[in-house]
Amino acid sequence: MIEIEHIEKSFQGKTALRDISLSIPEKQTMVIVGCSGCGKTVLLRSIIGLVKPERGRILVNGRDVTAMRRKELFEIRKQFGMLFQGAALFDSMTVEENIALPLREHTKLNPAQVRQKVSEKLKLVGLSSIGDKKPSELSGGMKKRVGLARALIMDPKYMLFDEPTTGLDPIMSDAINRLILNTQQQLNITSIVVTHDLKSAFTVGNRIAMICEGVVIFSDSVEAFQNSDHPVVRQFIEGRSGPREEK
Amino acid sequence: MMIAGFFENIGHTFLSYLREVGRMVILMIRIVRFSPDIIRNRSLTIGQMMKIGVLSLPLVTVVSMFTGAVASWQAAYQFRGLISLDFLGAAVSAAIFIELSPVLTGLVVAGRVGASIAAELGTMCVTEQIDALESLAIDPVRYLALPRFTAGWITMPLLVIYSNIVAHFGAYLVASFLMDVSTAAFFGSVQRYFLFHNVLSGLVKALVFGGGTALVGCAVGFSTTGGAEGVGKSTIRAFVYSSAFILISDYILATFLF
Repeated sequence: MIEIEHIEKSFQGKTALRDISLSIPEKQTMVIVGCSGCGKTVLLRSIIGLVKPERGRILVNGRDVTAMRRKELFEIRKQFGMLFQGAALFDSMTVEENIALPLREHTKLNPAQVRQKVSEKLKLVGLSSIGDKKPSELSGGMKKRVGLARALIMDPKYMLFDEPTTGLDPIMSDAINRLILNTQQQLNITSIVVTHDLKSAFTVGNRIAMICEGVVIFSDSVEAFQNSDHPVVRQFIEGRSGPREEK
Repeated sequence: MMIAGFFENIGHTFLSYLREVGRMVILMIRIVRFSPDIIRNRSLTIGQMMKIGVLSLPLVTVVSMFTGAVASWQAAYQFRGLISLDFLGAAVSAAIFIELSPVLTGLVVAGRVGASIAAELGTMCVTEQIDALESLAIDPVRYLALPRFTAGWITMPLLVIYSNIVAHFGAYLVASFLMDVSTAAFFGSVQRYFLFHNVLSGLVKALVFGGGTALVGCAVGFSTTGGAEGVGKSTIRAFVYSSAFILISDYILATFLF
């Protein structure tokens, strides 16, 4: 279980997160939605210690990530997989090397076992025979899939997805959504998905939290979100521009 | 008001340089802490040695050859009418060993390697690849900076040894074909006045320049922000800082070594 308690973070005087508290139950997918620049990604990155909040605690299985020493943080990160917005594949490596890297660094598997695990994960994300390609030779959707395979290679307990469908066409977005859903169901992991794509949110999520100007303004089930009469939530669902409505 | 603004700008610039130096010192400490992992990282280090060393050879060859040639020409010009050209080899050789090879090879490597390290790591920073490494529980300092730093300080002395040989050859060609100095006279004087201390001093300098250039490249690369423009700025910063580091540390080392 991941519990976020009163997190605050600002960058050069600009507040990104203001007293954020959320609870992410085991084996569920929590989707965090909100307008661009509202602090969703900062929150996601705080969970694995890529960003250090100024106040508050983030508890992963009861252990506070924000108070961990670097060595402990690296140990806890082995339980996480993260899919970055641009996939963040290593340019200098092939697809296979990208996916195999965590295994080579953290396990004592022999090269044949590594290769077998890599091809299993590539198959899981619907890709095969692209192990020798470089990331620059892949399309956006393929990059995301490879990023997902890399994130899943250590069989993580928790998956973090940062804007998994941004920049993809609707068909590829749907394919990625199905992939997230399938991996969640097959591997029974706890996932946090940050997105502003509502179709994606409704497809993959069990629960939705909405952040607006660094504050959680809504947190409940997908159905409750869809039926919410909170003016900002409604404005977001209906995609109306203009000044943000009063809460 | 204008004077206050002027001094404020100087203060800001000074503080930003101090911050850069601080970042480099902290990175150095973190690299040293990971030094037991050098063996584990050996394949990465060898890869970097290839990039820093083998791929720099053509440039180092050209620069060293002409450095030796120019040194020989200039020394002959200064000797004319004062000292016999039979001493040309000794004078040029000492200059090559002590100063010319380490400093010029260092500057070439700073331009080629320091800037390329900063560009590579800078690009990794702005495309979230460094964060991806962190998220995979791989420390970027161990995985990226340690191999580059190790390769830097190991490879640079080897490059300088090579540069010494090529520069001597360049100097000999000018002395022999343009100054009518015989081969026996040139190399005889080199041998007569040869001091191992000179060679060793040059290699100590090379070791410091190599490690320093890689360290600067890594520190600047890791602190890159602002997309492609930021990467471009980091590349320039890495070259400027590592060149300044080489020239300043050259003076400091000279005061200790001689």
